[in-house]
Amino acid sequence: MVGSLLLRGMLVGILAGVLAFGFARVFGEPSVERAIAFEEASGGHSHGEAAPAPGQGGATDAHSHGPGAAPHSHTADAHAADAHAPDAHAPGEHAAQTGAAPAEPELFSRATQSGPGLLVALVVYGAAMGGLFALVFAYVNGRLGPLSPRATAALLALAAFIALVLVPGLKYPANPPAVGDGATIGLRTRLFFLMLATSVAALAGAVVLARRLMARHGAWTGALLAALGYGVVLALVGLALPTVNEVPAGFSADLLWQFRLAALGLQAVLWAVIGLGFGAWMELGARPHVRPALGR
Amino acid sequence: MAHDTLTLSAATAGARPAPIPVGELLPWAVFGGLMLLLALYFVGAEQGATALFSGSAVHEFVHDGRHLLGFPCH
Repeated sequence: MVGSLLLRGMLVGILAGVLAFGFARVFGEPSVERAIAFEEASGGHSHGEAAPAPGQGGATDAHSHGPGAAPHSHTADAHAADAHAPDAHAPGEHAAQTGAAPAEPELFSRATQSGPGLLVALVVYGAAMGGLFALVFAYVNGRLGPLSPRATAALLALAAFIALVLVPGLKYPANPPAVGDGATIGLRTRLFFLMLATSVAALAGAVVLARRLMARHGAWTGALLAALGYGVVLALVGLALPTVNEVPAGFSADLLWQFRLAALGLQAVLWAVIGLGFGAWMELGARPHVRPALGR
Repeated sequence: MAHDTLTLSAATAGARPAPIPVGELLPWAVFGGLMLLLALYFVGAEQGATALFSGSAVHEFVHDGRHLLGFPCH
C-alpha cells in the first residue's frame, strides 16, 4: 500500500518535473542568460571589490583587471589562487586576465546546462518531492478529519508550496547567477536550510495545533488560529536570522524580479501538478473500494 | 448502489479513508525518505557548500536547475 503510494508520488513528481522544465525553459532561462551575460561583462568590477581580501576565494569572479595592470595583478592573483587552492575554479582565473572571459572552466556548455542539465535537475527534484509528498500523504490521509484523498492531496501540496517555497523564499529568495558571493556559500546554505527546516517544523506543529483548536472552536477558527501561529513563528524567525543581500551594484532590478518570479512560478507548476495529479490518481484508484456515504 | 452516489461520496466529505498504521508506514518513510533526501541533496547542495565528490561536475550540470529552484548555488 505504502509502496504503491510512493511509486505514484514519484511518477507524478517526474511528470511535474517535466512540465516545470517546459515552464523554466520559456520563463526562466531568458533571465538566467541575461544574468550570466551581466556576470561575464562585469566580472572585473565585482572582483575589484573583493580584491582586498584574497583569502575569501570568490568562486565566480572573473579575475580581470585593467590591461595596464596585468603583470602586477597576475602575481597578486597567483597568491590569491594559492590562498584558496582547493577551489576548483582557481585555474580558470588565469584565463580571465585579458578581459571579460568567464572565470569558470567550461565543464558543460550553456546548451547542456540549460537543456539536459536543467531537465535532469527538475525531474530528480520532482521525483524526490513527489516521493516525499506521497510518504507524508500516506500518514495524513484519513487522519486530517473528514477529507477525501483528493482534497487531502490538494491541501497537502498547497501546504508544501507555502512551507517549502513561498515562506522560506520571502527571507532567502532564489538568486540568479552573478548574485551571491562565493565566499559566503557556506553561511547562505546553512541559513537557507535552517529556514526550510524551521518552516517545516512549524507547519507540523501548526497541523497538530489545528486539530486540537478545531475540535474546540470549530473548523474555521481553529484552522485560522493555527495558521496565524505558523505565520507568527516564521515572522519571528525571519526577523532573528541575518539578512543576505549580495546583489551586485548595477544589477538590473527588473531582471532580478523576472528571475525570482520565474523561480516561484516553476515551483507553483511543480506543486500544482503533484497535488492535483496525485489526488486525481488516488480518486481513480480508490473508486471501486469506496463505500457509500453514510453521512457524518 | 448508484454510480453517482459513489462519485459524490468520493468528492465530498463522506468517504473518509482508513489511516495506514504507523508500523506499516515507518520502514517506507525511513528508507524511502532517506533515498529521496539524498537525491534532493545532489540537486540542491552537492559541490556547493559541501561536497561528497571532488570537482564541480555535479554542480555545473544541475547549475540552472539549482538557481531556478532557489538553492544557494555559488
